Amino acid sequence: MGLTYSLLTQAAQMGLVLGLAPLLTGFVRKIKARLLRRQGPGLLQPYRDLLRLMRKEVVLADTASWLFRVVPYLMFAATWVVASLIPTFAKGLMFSWTADLIAITALLGSARFFQALAGMDVGTSFGGIGSSREVMIASLAEPAMLLTVFTIALVAGSTQLSTVATFMASTNVGLRISLGLALVALIMIALAENSRMPVDNPSTHLELTMVHEAMLLEYSGRHLAMIELASMLKLLLYMSLIAAVFMPVGVADVGSGVEHYAFGAVAYLAKIGLCALFLAAFETLIAKMRVFRVPDFLGAALMLGLLATLLLFVSKGL
Amino acid sequence: MVGTFAFDLAHLLAGSLVLVSMLMLYQDRLTALLNIYALHALVLALSVACQAYIQDAPHLYITAAIALIFKAIVIPTALHRIVRRLGIHREIETVVGVGVTMLAGMGLVALSMVVMLPIAAEAHPLAREDLAFALSVLLLGLLTMITRRNAVSQIVGFMSLENGLVLAATGARGMPLVVEISVAFSILIAFIVIGVFLFRIRERFDTVDVTALDRFRGDRR
Repeated sequence: MGLTYSLLTQAAQMGLVLGLAPLLTGFVRKIKARLLRRQGPGLLQPYRDLLRLMRKEVVLADTASWLFRVVPYLMFAATWVVASLIPTFAKGLMFSWTADLIAITALLGSARFFQALAGMDVGTSFGGIGSSREVMIASLAEPAMLLTVFTIALVAGSTQLSTVATFMASTNVGLRISLGLALVALIMIALAENSRMPVDNPSTHLELTMVHEAMLLEYSGRHLAMIELASMLKLLLYMSLIAAVFMPVGVADVGSGVEHYAFGAVAYLAKIGLCALFLAAFETLIAKMRVFRVPDFLGAALMLGLLATLLLFVSKGL
Repeated sequence: MVGTFAFDLAHLLAGSLVLVSMLMLYQDRLTALLNIYALHALVLALSVACQAYIQDAPHLYITAAIALIFKAIVIPTALHRIVRRLGIHREIETVVGVGVTMLAGMGLVALSMVVMLPIAAEAHPLAREDLAFALSVLLLGLLTMITRRNAVSQIVGFMSLENGLVLAATGARGMPLVVEISVAFSILIAFIVIGVFLFRIRERFDTVDVTALDRFRGDRR
């Protein structure tokens, strides 16, 4: 009974993130369109796009190697694993003990590494540009991410997400400037990692400044569908991460009843909806920055992470 | 004491002061720099008022009021007017790039913590932490002064340095009000003198870039 129950909840979590990710992307697009006084496509459009891509024939370049065909599945698998580890509606799920923040960063890093390799695989100039820019962004975003992780881990006393969420929900957190700085840094990193507005424009193809799309130009059919789904999952994953660490209200405890899980799920949907609203409003208000300004932007995130870690030592003593 | 709300609030405000100092290093526009300076003074005023509440020292409220009125309102407004009257172009030429400056700033913050925490180990945790933050604000103000070529932004660096001094003084308990007022007024006088100098520099060299002074002196480097 116990084992089946925990297996079921874990499976529900995996299904939830997979099912919710395209809806979230559709929701953000819809709000952005409404803010610009356009009608916008329906909320279910991303599902239809994915289905259409799945049915289409794959066109491979002559120069493509085996790596090019494997990478979409690799990326999707790594992102899905990470997304199902992060506590969404309940913490302490069956595989939650593996939900280590450093492991999460490493999994996402390896997904990006393979994506950059695939971008260069066919040998087109666009793919090469995309890969080199992606790696430039990553080389700044990953240290910033790790510093933020260290800050959170030092405050909560653990790098494991369930423990962190439990600690954040308790009352002895208090007002801490380090956590505020970590939140801002994490939001900046999330914007850069998901190629959202100030860093990259998610809604254009064939633009000289594109980063993420440039690496995918050679992909088609089900490969493209996998990559698109992986990037949708990544957006959901970062929002869940921010929600799990900084808005831990209503997350159900280990092995609690179905009604707690249901309440946790409703709270989770509300939190993600709130994040999506903020993201859409932010993207509508801000302009894209030049590619060569991106290091400054991410440098600021790195600085915030470093400052957060430093300020933590003042209150604790060396 | 540690972990109570008042302590957390003091920590939050003093930490924000360091953060705003870092922001000051990051700015490359003159108008934005002046606005950030006003924010700096506002955070300082809040921080001092918080200290006044914690230490139950009413004269610190006067210090907070001075910080709020002079540093957050009068001086930024005056600097904005100077910038407009001089018609200085808005870009700040920094001596080195933003990234290097930020790294140096982080190093200074780390340095001041490493220096201050062991020295003040016996002190009250609140005072100790205030001193560490104050030292970093002071060093960051100095860094702002030496990484800018524009005289106006050097003034801003100088003023933020003074904010660090005020933070240190309020954290350490028992700075008499007379000293505080005289420091505030000497800063104001320094500001006026520097302002006059600015106009003189501008009149003679048609720029407020201080490298023009080096050229005038004849130092060829």
